[in-house]
Amino acid sequence: MLSRVRADLHVHTCLSPCAELEMSPRKIVAEAVRKGIGLLAITDHNSAANVTAVMQAAIGSPVEVVAGMEVCSEEEVHVLALFDSQEKALDLQSLVYGHLAGRNDPDTFGLQVIANEQDEVISLEERLLTGAASLSVGRIVEEIHARDGIVIASHVDRESYSVISQLGFIPAGLEFDALELTRHCSTTEARSRFSSCRGAVLVRNSDAHALAAVGTNVTEYLMECASHHELRKALNGEDGRKVLTEV
Amino acid sequence: MTLNEVAKALDLKVRCCESNLERDVTGGYVGDLLSDVIANSRAGSLWITMQVHVNIVAVAVLKELTGIVVVQGREPAEETLKKAVEEHVPILVSPVPAFETAGALSALLTKGP
Repeated sequence: MLSRVRADLHVHTCLSPCAELEMSPRKIVAEAVRKGIGLLAITDHNSAANVTAVMQAAIGSPVEVVAGMEVCSEEEVHVLALFDSQEKALDLQSLVYGHLAGRNDPDTFGLQVIANEQDEVISLEERLLTGAASLSVGRIVEEIHARDGIVIASHVDRESYSVISQLGFIPAGLEFDALELTRHCSTTEARSRFSSCRGAVLVRNSDAHALAAVGTNVTEYLMECASHHELRKALNGEDGRKVLTEV
Repeated sequence: MTLNEVAKALDLKVRCCESNLERDVTGGYVGDLLSDVIANSRAGSLWITMQVHVNIVAVAVLKELTGIVVVQGREPAEETLKKAVEEHVPILVSPVPAFETAGALSALLTKGP
């Protein structure tokens, strides 16, 4: 039977230098539960190193965790990569790590904390995760799809780091499964600006960098259960699954 | 001043559309955010950028820019060059950063060769 699932597919953890330290695995899961989120994707900048910890922290909770990453392309376009297993996310991470340059300066960018499911610090990531990978956005989309991943163009209404800000428009051949809107983009603006775009399934996510934001500005989906597989069906409008009206 | 004259004066290497260099360069624009270039560049300008994505060709056509200079030793992607040839948009490259390239172009357009 199909039911409504509230999903937040863009949440950073304390691994992202720009996120608050409070974004630890247990606290994120607890906040998602409190906000009624059924499907939660963990999408740190250019890394999936905290995905497994959040998945483990969510065992026994009503929240299903999707292994993800927010990759920054050489054009400085942000894209969300959502996978059906942490192995595939970590496989993409290897590719991205091979194309990242620089070392993090915590005083400038913030700490990059790798945590475990008990919210304990395991280590500090030293790569500059806030940088851009030397991979084109086209290549990144291909690599995500090659790993059965779902690709969502991050915050397309933003003035920076969005496919539209960086490339002016979405070119032919760049196949996004959905476009993400921020809370600043009204439904009216979304329809006038983005409904004619390629891959124009419009969804909303929090892009949370702090706990209070988790589960805000989200979209509901009609699905059989909260899973990556069902999410794909909903984005494609298959078998009665669908994206419900923006909330 | 023609694009050909600008290319010689600034020592730019032409990567495509060598037969389209007689166009007049009436100004310059520097930008890596294509949304900004769409909004603010003017027809006839030579566009200085680090972006090498194929979309730069469409933006140059849309805004009737004289050509594109890719700076800092970067090379246009293969797909970008192919599209530029189809659309007759000259792409040139400069080994120096945007600041120096724009400074030299600005001086050239102000003072003449």
